[in-house]
Amino acid sequence: MTKKWTIGIFIVIVIGIFAVPFLVNAGQPERDPEVSYDTPQINAMEVKQCIEPTEYMKESHMVLLDEWRNSVVRDGNYEYRSQSGQIYEMSLDETCLGCHSNQADFCDKCHEYSSVELYCWQCHGNVDTENPEATIITDDDVLFTEKA
Amino acid sequence: MAKVPPEKELVSYSLKPDTTAEWMDTPTEFREGMFCHAAKPKDIETVDFPNPHKWSPTDEDWGLPENWKEIILDGMKDRLDKYRSFRLFMDVCVRCGACADKCHFFMGTGDPKNMPVLRAELLRSIYRRYFTTSGKLFGKLVGARDLTEDVLKEWWYYFFQCTECRRCSAFCPYGIDQAEITIMGRELINLLGLNTEWISGPVANCYMKGNHVGLEPQTIVSNIEFLMEDLEDITGKHIEPSFNRKGAEILFVVPSGDYYADPGIYTFMGYLLLFDHLGLDYTLSTYASEGGNFGFFTSNEMAKRLNAKIYAEAKRLGVKWIIGGECGHMWRVMNQYMDTWNGPADFLEVPKSPITGTVFENAASTKMIHITEFTADLIYHNKLKFDKSRNDHLVVTYHDSCNTARAMGLLEEPRYILKNICNNFYEMPEETIREKTLCCGSGSGLNAGEDMELRMRGGFPRAEAVREVRDKYGVNTLTNICAIDRASFPALMDYWVPGVRVAGVHELVANALILDENDDRQLDMRMEELPSAVAKRKAEEAARAAAEAEAARVAEADGEAKEGDAE
Amino acid sequence: MKVVGPLIVVVLLAALAWCCTEYLHWYALFGIVIPYVAVVLLIVGLVVRIVRWARSAVPFRIPTTCGQQKSLPWIKQAKLDNPSSKAGVFGRMVLEVLTFRSLFRNNKVEKRDSKLGYTSAKWLFLGALLFHWSMLIIVIRHLRLALEPVPDFLVVLEQADGFLQVGLPLLYISDVLIVVGLVFLLARRLTIKKVRYISLSVDFFPLFLLLGIAISGIVMRYAFRVDIAGVKEVVLGLLTFHPVSPDQLSTILFVHLFLVCVLMVYFPWSKLMHAPGIFMSPTRNLANNSREVRHVNPWNYPVKVHTYAEYQEEYGEKMKSVGLPLDPEVVSTNG
Repeated sequence: MTKKWTIGIFIVIVIGIFAVPFLVNAGQPERDPEVSYDTPQINAMEVKQCIEPTEYMKESHMVLLDEWRNSVVRDGNYEYRSQSGQIYEMSLDETCLGCHSNQADFCDKCHEYSSVELYCWQCHGNVDTENPEATIITDDDVLFTEKA
Repeated sequence: MAKVPPEKELVSYSLKPDTTAEWMDTPTEFREGMFCHAAKPKDIETVDFPNPHKWSPTDEDWGLPENWKEIILDGMKDRLDKYRSFRLFMDVCVRCGACADKCHFFMGTGDPKNMPVLRAELLRSIYRRYFTTSGKLFGKLVGARDLTEDVLKEWWYYFFQCTECRRCSAFCPYGIDQAEITIMGRELINLLGLNTEWISGPVANCYMKGNHVGLEPQTIVSNIEFLMEDLEDITGKHIEPSFNRKGAEILFVVPSGDYYADPGIYTFMGYLLLFDHLGLDYTLSTYASEGGNFGFFTSNEMAKRLNAKIYAEAKRLGVKWIIGGECGHMWRVMNQYMDTWNGPADFLEVPKSPITGTVFENAASTKMIHITEFTADLIYHNKLKFDKSRNDHLVVTYHDSCNTARAMGLLEEPRYILKNICNNFYEMPEETIREKTLCCGSGSGLNAGEDMELRMRGGFPRAEAVREVRDKYGVNTLTNICAIDRASFPALMDYWVPGVRVAGVHELVANALILDENDDRQLDMRMEELPSAVAKRKAEEAARAAAEAEAARVAEADGEAKEGDAE
Repeated sequence: MKVVGPLIVVVLLAALAWCCTEYLHWYALFGIVIPYVAVVLLIVGLVVRIVRWARSAVPFRIPTTCGQQKSLPWIKQAKLDNPSSKAGVFGRMVLEVLTFRSLFRNNKVEKRDSKLGYTSAKWLFLGALLFHWSMLIIVIRHLRLALEPVPDFLVVLEQADGFLQVGLPLLYISDVLIVVGLVFLLARRLTIKKVRYISLSVDFFPLFLLLGIAISGIVMRYAFRVDIAGVKEVVLGLLTFHPVSPDQLSTILFVHLFLVCVLMVYFPWSKLMHAPGIFMSPTRNLANNSREVRHVNPWNYPVKVHTYAEYQEEYGEKMKSVGLPLDPEVVSTNG
């Protein structure tokens, strides 16, 4: 009975541990990564569609990029055939950043949001920001279409 | 006294027990030599314990009251509310098994139910069944079981195979203390009048007469007078201790074994020789003539009832503070319970050694110090002169008693004394001393005669450690600061490590203590010749033999000469 | 049975979450309702249990002393193993909670014929440490899903945990270690006969459940993968009480989440309460100073004692016969 206050503190600490995440977020508006698709290239597209379905890209783009890297570096193979049958060049700079030329508002937003560190930019990311049009992906960039 | 099987048979157990059947499905077999006699109704009546009746552990019918289950479950509920230790220890065990091989009874029997975790599960399974939702719903699936007479018997058998030594508790990651669980288990058993004779007898004695062995005042006095005669024969000093003397500075309380039986009596002679040498103003009491507390092995309430006498007597006699003798569970009680039960002792003063002036701040509230604290302080301040060689016939090791080690932490004081009073001191293996000390196997009221096999088994790990230092260093003396040790170790040593004697620390103190310049004692506390006396006698004998041989030779030479002359 | 039963239960629980989301699309139930219920039950359960413990008194000061007491000033006290002050107790508890000091003390007894031998036994200590610390790191790491922006220390922790830079996504060391720890704890429960003997089904269930959580989490990260930003949106939605529809997330997430919810609900009613329990253990959290400072028992009550007056009345004659002083001041209560 003499130590009631210590038990009180203990209970407060225990509850506190669980309350902290709620308290920290209290009163804050909903926050999503605020990813932007607003690039000239994407805006110019008629059908706004990535090389693979969005859900797949969200979950597994790192796997795709990892495969690309291995394929290009080890096998010298630059051709990627998407699920829809289109063939793309395996290039982060040309293909991915070709559309998503807003690295800071696209890649970084999500990665910072989820606290996932990435080391792509150690080599890549030299997008010509002065003249983004130069890297616009046109039909010419699609090297080969299997089926019409 | 039950006959103990030969050594070979006793060590034939395995520490890898047969685990084919689940423990809940393994019935308890009451093996002769492994349990104590049932309490006598008159002893139960003396202290107003419930349900005094005649029964025997081997009976089918234990004479339980009609509503015994209700009594047990109500008793559990009551104690769960009163003791956080009990409730918590029922809840938090994860059965990691760290304690499993720490119990000397498991180490000496291989009986899996002697693993502390399982001994606790005996009670925990009932707790789950009646006090937790999951246990009520899922029963055996979650380790719960019904309370039956067989369960009760199992409790009785195994809670009296635990010496409350707390060794498991030192190793448990949550500090779960089987001693606490055994204490609760025994309290519950006690509610049904199912105690043991060896515990309830001393409890009744202590309650009425002031000490476990049941000595009446006149017998205490004459016993001690007799010991003082021996002491006079040894030292030439006539000592007349005072009893029940009002106005003394110090009340001295010892376990009654110390003035009752060998080898405790030598320790007792040691205390009194030291006190007399110092000219200490102390008194003994015939009313509070027991430091130990067998009540502690029945219930908290009984322990408090017995313990109350010490402060009451200190108050009546108007002493300033209290010294306690060498005893184990007595000191668990003094250190962790006495002040809480029967304090505050605001009529006493903080103990202050009249010789050194040291104030014992660590006993500022309880006002009671351990005699080894007192003596160690004297030695540190060079107040005592010793002739260490008087203990040269002894090769000494030291056994930490469970309670002073794990319920107090009195580790260095006795060692410091021993190192100052004898030349041959050797420690037992590290895993068996200090906070990891192994029990004598007879603590908490198990030192009866009829359970001798249990005691020999429980004490086996300790004996093993003694054997190791005996074989390695020639150790022949097992010192300790516990009356139950002194009472039980002789039998244990005789069985496992013959040739090792058992002694209290203050016996050796008295051996080595130089009283004055004329102190040229020839005998130790046991009236055996001191090494110096032996050496002197041998030298004299040798000299005499040499002289005789010389005389004989001369005589022979003379004879030859005469014969020659004759020719 | 006590092994297979809990395993089946965990598998069924995982399958339940899988079927209900993959086929029945009960996303809101598994992604919003159950997590809320689980958190509430966890907190309520914890408080109920702790309060129940707290309501039981601590009548006596019963620390297990594992070292030299404080006595004479020149004798070195073991301040951590036998604390006499609050600071000492704090130190002892910190070491106990963070480093499992008592478990570190562990040894093993072996019997050869008629001899007993003591050997070092640190495996349980290591296995326990491995599991608990991995678990702690993993739980802290998960905070990145609950905090926006993610604080720097979490980023550092993640970098440290993934510093091996193996695979993509980067392999967390703690992911490997928690599985190793759990498998070890499970294996010793299964293979060491004594430990298996004392184990109950409720000892296996949490192990399987935690393994289920760890494995589902690992396959979610390394094999199935999940839209992690989407997950965070859902988590933040839950934390701000503005739930976001979780129906875009992969099924494996719901399996993982559901098993965590089961753990949260199960926790307060199980042996897992050893976590808060250790803080309240009277043999560890009390100072060994009961001779110096009086410990008060809240339910201490007067007891019947055999008084000196009664004693003198009974033995007065005998006392006189050997010259023991009789106390004229005492009056027998019996008289």
